[in-house]
Amino acid sequence: MSHYYEEMEESFRNSFEPAPGPVAEAKIRPWEKTQLVGKGVPRVDGYERVSGAAQYTADIVLPDMLYAAILRCPHAHAMVKSIDTSAAEKMPGVLAVLSGKSPGADLPWYGGKAAQSKLFDTHCRHEGEEVAAVAALTPYQAADALRAIRVEYETLPFVLDPAAMQPSAPKLYEGGNAVGEPRIVKRGDVAQGFAEADVVLEETFYTSVQMHATMEAHGSVAKWDGDKLTLWDSTQGVYDGVLFGAARALNMPFNKIRVICKYMGGGFGAKLEVGKYSIIAALLARKTGRPVKAMLPREDTFLCTGNRPEARMTLKAGVKKDGTLTALQLTNLSTPGAYASGTSVGYQVAELYKCPNVLVSESGYYSNAGRARPFRAPGFPSGNWCLEQMMDMLAVKLGMDPVELRLKNFTEVSQTRQVPYTSTGLKECLLQGAKAFGWQEARAAKKSDGPVRRGFGMAAGMWSGGNGSPPYTAEVRLFVDGGITIKTGAMDIGTGTKTVACMVAAEELGVPLESVRIENADTAVTPYGQSSGGSMTLPGLIPAVRKGAWLVKQQLLAWGAEALGVPAEDVELKGNAIGSRSAPDKKKPLEELLRANGVMDVIGIGNRDPNPPKKAINPFGAHFAEVEVNTRTGEVRVVRLLGANESGRVINQKTFHNQVFGGMTQCLGFALTEKRVLDRQTGKMVNANLHDYKVPTALDVPVQHQVVAVDPQDTECNLVGCKGLGEPAHIPTASAIANAIYDAVGVRPTHGPMEPKTILELLAKKKRG
Amino acid sequence: MSKEPENNCAGGPHGLSRRGFISSVSAGAAASTALREANAASFQVIEAVGTVLPIQLKINGITRKIQVEPRWSLLFVIREVLGLTGTKIGCERGECGACTVLIDGKPRYACMTLAVEAQGQEITTLEGLMDGENLGPVQQAFVEEDAFQCGFCTPGQIMAVEGLLRRNASPTMEEVRVGLSGNLCRCAAYQHIFSAATRAAERKKKGGMA
Ligand code: FES
Ligand code: FES
Repeated sequence: MSHYYEEMEESFRNSFEPAPGPVAEAKIRPWEKTQLVGKGVPRVDGYERVSGAAQYTADIVLPDMLYAAILRCPHAHAMVKSIDTSAAEKMPGVLAVLSGKSPGADLPWYGGKAAQSKLFDTHCRHEGEEVAAVAALTPYQAADALRAIRVEYETLPFVLDPAAMQPSAPKLYEGGNAVGEPRIVKRGDVAQGFAEADVVLEETFYTSVQMHATMEAHGSVAKWDGDKLTLWDSTQGVYDGVLFGAARALNMPFNKIRVICKYMGGGFGAKLEVGKYSIIAALLARKTGRPVKAMLPREDTFLCTGNRPEARMTLKAGVKKDGTLTALQLTNLSTPGAYASGTSVGYQVAELYKCPNVLVSESGYYSNAGRARPFRAPGFPSGNWCLEQMMDMLAVKLGMDPVELRLKNFTEVSQTRQVPYTSTGLKECLLQGAKAFGWQEARAAKKSDGPVRRGFGMAAGMWSGGNGSPPYTAEVRLFVDGGITIKTGAMDIGTGTKTVACMVAAEELGVPLESVRIENADTAVTPYGQSSGGSMTLPGLIPAVRKGAWLVKQQLLAWGAEALGVPAEDVELKGNAIGSRSAPDKKKPLEELLRANGVMDVIGIGNRDPNPPKKAINPFGAHFAEVEVNTRTGEVRVVRLLGANESGRVINQKTFHNQVFGGMTQCLGFALTEKRVLDRQTGKMVNANLHDYKVPTALDVPVQHQVVAVDPQDTECNLVGCKGLGEPAHIPTASAIANAIYDAVGVRPTHGPMEPKTILELLAKKKRG
Repeated sequence: MSKEPENNCAGGPHGLSRRGFISSVSAGAAASTALREANAASFQVIEAVGTVLPIQLKINGITRKIQVEPRWSLLFVIREVLGLTGTKIGCERGECGACTVLIDGKPRYACMTLAVEAQGQEITTLEGLMDGENLGPVQQAFVEEDAFQCGFCTPGQIMAVEGLLRRNASPTMEEVRVGLSGNLCRCAAYQHIFSAATRAAERKKKGGMA
């Protein structure tokens, strides 16, 4: 089943190569002036989100609803020898118990056709694998019942690290622990590139496993009506993720399953596929004839719903005296955990800067730990960590300003695809960012020699997605009173998609924002939209919304021209009537106009047009950081951050800023505090909770945090000129902080996260010389 | 299955809409106790088993009579038994703040409070900050400052700000940050949350107006 998602993950990495077909309707032109688009407006669903009216999956409470709980393997590697559920079945309030032996529960899982596992697999390859499940009247009774299930395990030796590659290592699979063949990206000849270089540096880098830690846990509520199933699911994709996945797992037609997720409490990539919990809820609901809610406890989300995999990277770089890059060579070894998932980090090494000679080689091994899932710009913060620290090292070696070194290697041509970008704001991000940050002044200022040292660093980045592509469908419907309702299956996972969709429809039709309503993410009602991933929802959906609104307008203008006896260009929509611009007394109520044409509403179906051929569409950014490093305690305080991001047209200033703040802060966690800790003795995760796993709090974010929105006026990428932002806003922050630490104390924290202990060790090493 | 709780009336947990509530801030003068209790006719679709305790909880100015198991958390009762799902669930172990409510005016984690313990105290949830269908001043400030992304931590953040402003009408930025440090936001909308707290303080001083 996950084959599909692997492909999707791939598509995050590879720029979309459009299928041949008609380019955008010639008649839709870029807006010359906008009334609403580009302003900062509060969200259209703000009221729902602050009043409690917004219903998240966790909030679904249905009459007669039961609560599911899932029994998980407590060992890092074990075989289930036997399960005795008889005591649990007799407990008060328990209505159903499910295991791999239950009818209909013997389902393949992970890895598509070549399934790697089962819904309940007797071979448990990591701590937390699903062993059995119960449904009871209350979650308390369900938890009691789990404790009453007797499972006999045969524990097996486990492996967590690259020792998995050795022949003597415990095996997760018959064929061994290697994840396929090494993945190679090659351009030019690196040996020649290094020979041409004046300076060659090589360094090893490491980034730890980062957890998504979404505030709303994963979960699903399932309800059957005969042969029809409704799933409320905390997901990033009602269609690609849950509907198609559940239909395949349960062997059901798409129109018999209704998936709803109007509000979702955080995904960051961890909610792109149907969960085992969704299917378990459906099976338990079918067995009991009652709705079943299966929300995961916090600990389970840490064990079983994904993570950003670690990366062990060695990067070698060659550069000429003037700063021209001649060669980049990267190797990366990583593990997706116990099941297949993407672990590549090399894209930016091959793409961000002009460099004729590149060699990237990446490989992976299976290990007895929770499976990786895409995490906000999969592979990019890690790849950036090594590339952008290396750029800093080269700048130091060359005595060159780090911003200047990056400008020196700036390119307007996609290096991996050898086609031009529709726009690249990288240069402007570097220049405007440096200016707004006061970069030159800051770097030139004299350093204090007290125990607390101040430093300034920067890093650039780009994202392989953010382009958006077909298919997306937006239905735009005009009522006779002039009100508009948009329907789309696309998600708003907190990025503000619904708001920008309404803004764009309002802009196109010339109506106030208040006249536009949006309904989304209900597969029984709303047309297809892709999962929210790859920063593609905005550039994927929003052009389709504009197209739908434009079609409505065309219809109105045509009918209006006929009815008023004026040319179509002279017709405009005014509240609940159409009128003539040149002769204001010529007008007609919409209801009359529509009834005369046999309808009571006008519906425009906007489909997403293909992207322009032979062009690359990518968002860029440059982040700047100021830190204080306490040389006595090793503590790092980020006192100031600035994010200069280019993601095409800025539609809503408010949500744009919010997104950059959030993305950078999440990457600040990646830089300083976030890592999964596995106990070497037991293979169990020791910080599977929000106390010991440290996500940034209100006290960890910088007091000064600034956003510079760079708009390249891209009229080529799509009908609206927008690119995705969620992921690019997250990519270079950690590297900028690392470079600032180097500037402050002269030690390079190549291994993340940069905890006080790490900094103290580096300082001690430096002192010893 | 257990015996039916005595006061198990018809109706789903959403039978009582937000409209039925009166903000605890203005409750005193707004309606007679009798009317409020009548509105709050207790119902319960989740049945308690084993040791069952009849308790009374005063939530958003309304007294709710329900049957609980001693181990039920206040969070579970508020959300799943009474259907007041404005209060969110993030960890159920006092680590995230998603479940923040006011107990006697102070921010508290509802997941770390047993329902039986909360008797005799004034409990205010997100729904209790509303004035009919209108947003309260803190909620309004959160919308205006775009102080959320996914919105799941937001009710907890709003309650934390409400609690902070009730004890300190003019907090400094440092006091705001400390006041919110028990409420995680994974989307990291912190900068906008800080601005919203400042704006809310101003609004409150002007009697709820901007
Ligand atoms: S749910 Fe109560 S603190 Fe997290
Ligand atoms: S808005 Fe998503 S967790 Fe705070």
